[in-house]
Amino acid sequence: MSTEARAETFTAADWGGGVLPYRVGHRKLGMWLFIVSDSLTFSALLIGYSYLRASNNWPTPFPFYPSIVFATVMTFCLLSSSLTMVFGVSASSRGDKAGARKWILSTIFFGVAFIVLHLIEWNHLITEGLRPFFLPEHWVKVFTASDGTPPTPLFGATFFAITGLHMFHVATGAVYLSVVAARVKKLKHEDVEISGLYWHFVDLVWMFVFPLIYILSVDVGGHLAK
Amino acid sequence: MSAHAEEHFAGSNKLFISIWIWLLVLTGIEVFLAYKPMPIHYMLTILMGLSIIKAALIVAYFMHLKFERLSLVLTVVPMLVTCICLFFVFFPDSFRSSGLRYKFKEQPPVPAESPENP
Repeated sequence: MSTEARAETFTAADWGGGVLPYRVGHRKLGMWLFIVSDSLTFSALLIGYSYLRASNNWPTPFPFYPSIVFATVMTFCLLSSSLTMVFGVSASSRGDKAGARKWILSTIFFGVAFIVLHLIEWNHLITEGLRPFFLPEHWVKVFTASDGTPPTPLFGATFFAITGLHMFHVATGAVYLSVVAARVKKLKHEDVEISGLYWHFVDLVWMFVFPLIYILSVDVGGHLAK
Repeated sequence: MSAHAEEHFAGSNKLFISIWIWLLVLTGIEVFLAYKPMPIHYMLTILMGLSIIKAALIVAYFMHLKFERLSLVLTVVPMLVTCICLFFVFFPDSFRSSGLRYKFKEQPPVPAESPENP
């Protein structure tokens, strides 16, 4: 059989109807497409942030403690939650519904820990005087450039918008997983797997938010502490 | 074929734990780099490289894409990467607008009211 004829047979078999061409159900494919569209939302926000950062005098205010320590522990929480989620999906695939529920509840625990730590971190910054369109006065003094250019007040807007939208996704994921944990005995394995896809996506987004927002804004010289 | 006929979930717990450890190590390297003095563009390149590796590990193993059909990978990944790359078209404008910014020390302060713009 020629290559063309083989390709034709393959295409007809896959796309001729009666089979799932991607070998995944329509709900799982739908979640993948949602993840792609949500990736573009976060990409647009992070590129917008980078655009502003490249064209402004950007403050770098995060001290080792509390900001970087909190953000690192939060990263640990999200990565661990992904591990427990994958264990949950694995248990579900073996038909071990009780095990799946246990691991999904662990995932929710890590997700809630992430949100609590993040809110404490937000509270530190808000107490210091950071607002969406204003910087604390002492930040303005410390981060004004040698040519007199003040730091941009948009720091707060980008920080709260990006981390806030991510936190909203984590909170939504925690609610979603609670429903899955409660109904796990009635749900099919694919439904558990789909909830896992969403959760891993939330983790994946943080892998870009953490270095771009936190690591690149570390107050290396401890200027604010002086 | 039923949508859930195949419920085999590839990958062992040992594999997933090793991926988790790798992700933690890469995060540790990122935090370590934060305190290494280096030009911002080097730092950005290294951090984004590490983040892409971390994202690839999550997508391939935790999200299981490595074990899915190639047709699904080719449907999802290339168009996402292309769209994200297209966002970069804005950056020349960002660098240009940085140069247009008001120079505080080189230019006199703007008067509150001028005859041309009352």
